Amino acid sequence: MARAVTPRRKALTTAAAWTVGVLIFFPILWIVILSFKSEGDAIRTPIEVLTSAWTAESYATVQERSDYFKHFLNSVTISVGSTLLGLVIAIPAAWSMAFVPGRRTKDVLMWMLSTKMLPPVGVLVPFYLMFRDFGLLDTRSGLVFVLMMINLPIIIWMLYTYFKEIPAEILEAARMDGAGLREEILYVLTPMAVPGIASTVLLNIILAWNEAFWTLNLTAAKAAPLTAFIASYSSPEGLFYAKLSAASTMAIAPILIMGWFSQKQLVRGLTFGAVK
Amino acid sequence: MATKASRSAARLMISPAVILLLGWMIVPLAMTLYFSFLRYNLLMPGMEEWTGLTNYRFFLTDPAFFDAIWNTLLLVGGVLLITVTGGILLALLLDQPIWGQGVVRILVIAPFFVMPTVSALVWKNMFMNPVNGIFAHIAKALGLQPYDFLSQAPLASIIWIVSWQWLPFATLILLTALQSLDSEQLEAAEMDGAPPLKRFWFIVLPHLARAITVVILIQTIFLLSVFAEILVTTNGGPGTASTNLTYLIYVQSLLQFDVGGGSAGGVVAIVLANIVAIFLMRMIGKNLDA
Amino acid sequence: MGRITLDKVTKRFGEVEVIPPLDLTIEDGEFVVFVGPSGCGKSTLLRLIAGLEDVSGGQIRIDGTDATAVPPAKRGLAMVFQSYALYPHMSVRKNIAFPLRMAGLSQAEQDRKVEAAAEVLNLTPYLDRRPGQLSGGQRQRVAIGRAIVREPAAFLFDEPLSNLDAALRVGMRLEISELHNRLKTTMVYVTHDQVEAMTMADKIVVLQAGRVEQVGSPLELYRAPRNRFVAGFIGSPRMNFIEGAEAAAHGAHAIGIRPEHIAVSTTEGAWRGRVGVSEHLGSDTFFHVTGTGLADAITVRAGGEVDLHHGDAVFLTPEADKIHRFDREGARIA
Repeated sequence: MARAVTPRRKALTTAAAWTVGVLIFFPILWIVILSFKSEGDAIRTPIEVLTSAWTAESYATVQERSDYFKHFLNSVTISVGSTLLGLVIAIPAAWSMAFVPGRRTKDVLMWMLSTKMLPPVGVLVPFYLMFRDFGLLDTRSGLVFVLMMINLPIIIWMLYTYFKEIPAEILEAARMDGAGLREEILYVLTPMAVPGIASTVLLNIILAWNEAFWTLNLTAAKAAPLTAFIASYSSPEGLFYAKLSAASTMAIAPILIMGWFSQKQLVRGLTFGAVK
Repeated sequence: MATKASRSAARLMISPAVILLLGWMIVPLAMTLYFSFLRYNLLMPGMEEWTGLTNYRFFLTDPAFFDAIWNTLLLVGGVLLITVTGGILLALLLDQPIWGQGVVRILVIAPFFVMPTVSALVWKNMFMNPVNGIFAHIAKALGLQPYDFLSQAPLASIIWIVSWQWLPFATLILLTALQSLDSEQLEAAEMDGAPPLKRFWFIVLPHLARAITVVILIQTIFLLSVFAEILVTTNGGPGTASTNLTYLIYVQSLLQFDVGGGSAGGVVAIVLANIVAIFLMRMIGKNLDA
Repeated sequence: MGRITLDKVTKRFGEVEVIPPLDLTIEDGEFVVFVGPSGCGKSTLLRLIAGLEDVSGGQIRIDGTDATAVPPAKRGLAMVFQSYALYPHMSVRKNIAFPLRMAGLSQAEQDRKVEAAAEVLNLTPYLDRRPGQLSGGQRQRVAIGRAIVREPAAFLFDEPLSNLDAALRVGMRLEISELHNRLKTTMVYVTHDQVEAMTMADKIVVLQAGRVEQVGSPLELYRAPRNRFVAGFIGSPRMNFIEGAEAAAHGAHAIGIRPEHIAVSTTEGAWRGRVGVSEHLGSDTFFHVTGTGLADAITVRAGGEVDLHHGDAVFLTPEADKIHRFDREGARIA
């Protein structure tokens, strides 16, 4: 039981926590504010920015100039697609390791995680060339595959930790009840693991959404997701604060909102099941 | 749970993942290794020839290489230090009874959702820009000379930006771990006469050890390959002041089209990453098992 | 029908032989209890019969046909697990219907059977609840319901009552016995609790370290335990064992006498000692008598109203025809 604290102490800690929270959040808040200002006002001093007129014109300009929705759809396709594809491969693998562990299960798991440590840059060139030769450069399917592979170890690892919490007896009961492997996974394991699968899906969508190495290097225009869309604002246009802010707001808003709504599952997912 | 039938089913079920990851590892690795022994420039197709270790000699004697290694280590170490320390402090603060804890949590977690390109652009332009950035405005208001963060202290600035992105992750994991600490343990320690600082040192910190391990492991994986933040802010400059290994190889192979040299760099990066990985795997192998 | 025959069934985990070759026949309609201390292999044996583990050698026959290589789903057996193993995401109705659904029965057929089972087990009001909303006893009944609807050749129970509190355990024990009387289906029941074994079984199989120590009806085991292990395991409180001169006088390495076969007197008797701890249960009193020079303490059962106190001198007299004699190896001397 947490002990009662004096209201004075609670007020102090509250003030401290809120100050820190707002400071951490401030850069995001600031771009949202700037995105609703005119270019001229956006570069003034903070006080002047806050007191100047509000306008949504930057959003219109950005959409007109670089077709936000195309990039948005690319991001959705790539992040959701790679995550779902990853699940299809990871669920059976995690089932194997969690419920039929062998002497080498631990090693296999460690090995899988270690492929995640392979620096992407070490294999960028071959990928670039293979993508070029297979005509996958700047395609969404190419990126779906790459991001699926990137996150596969994490998906397997997370599912494994969630599956391990499910008592094996329940799966055995299903087996005694006449369920085959397919029924066992489809009707018993998967529904029971829904919270864990949800956390896994959420975290991986976020990771894929924000992935900015492969998406930048393997796309040009057609399949470019929001990471690339925003990177195109990097040098000269960077000086147009209002437009940059509007573009940034649009790039992060979907995932930010999704993240906030699913905070609980996400925190569970973030800890990779390693912290209870 | 272990009949022959279930074991063979298990092998079948795990094989797609194993085969894919094995291919994912071996095919590009073999290609990278092969390219690293070639003189191979994308601007001169058809001119590939075997050059033995030349690429390695060039890459390893390039002063930029050592700068890049040093910068990579500083970047990873710096961010880990800031996020772990900051994360512990923040977690301790958020674990106190406060009004509106849910909202504060939402505020703190937010940077994690921001894609690296956006956070780099925002910090670079809206905050660190020496003319119109907020820091410059504040400096001017205080009568000081604005400081050009990205050209004067490029690496520190990038460490700062990356730390901002990863602080929420560390905080959340540590907070979760903190909340699972049995308060009776702390009360027992209090009864035993341990002052707050000692309680933190002897009870809270050991309890967090596992969570800290997780933070270090996961973050290192991502921090070793920080790329977008550098691409968007400093392009590795000035000179090589903020070039890490990832960025150096990127420049070599995709900007200078020197596939051979870039591949040699890639091999070196993989070797170095493996050294770190072995070290880390040992650590989690011990710590995550429990 | 449910006649289960184990023929030289062996189980090894790696190098460790947890069940040396074992022969056992379970007759159709019998209630057989496997009992033994934890780690004696009784659960493993049950899982071998279920098909959840492969045998390392030997053969398992169900109604005469070789089932050794048949997967669990196809053996026609039903199992009730220690943790109940209910599907938490399904309602009670869906839980009970699951085996029927797997067997491909029509919805109407499923409903009919589920409702019939629920009726028998007093679960009708709870059919639409989730397992999480039920008490331990109700969950246990759902697990049994799920087993019943399959109309299996035999029921397998793996320590089904060990997660219940004492009062419920007695109630469920009666319910399961009643169920057996009504269904007349073979039941194989694993427990470490000898009271459950004694009260429920037609036939008890006492196991130790994977070996069958004795097979017999509860009273056979009580009256004529084949060795010291069975003698000590069956009966509560435990049998007293006495070695040394007193045993030698009976021509044995050790003699055993149950607490209920010793008479207590304050004036005269064969052995003299002092009352140590006494446990008053109301109907009975158990005295732990020390200082007899025979064993550390001898447990004696006396009536509920015997007025003896800590430190009092008492005399004990064993009933001569209830003394069990054991040789050096622990085997019974007839």
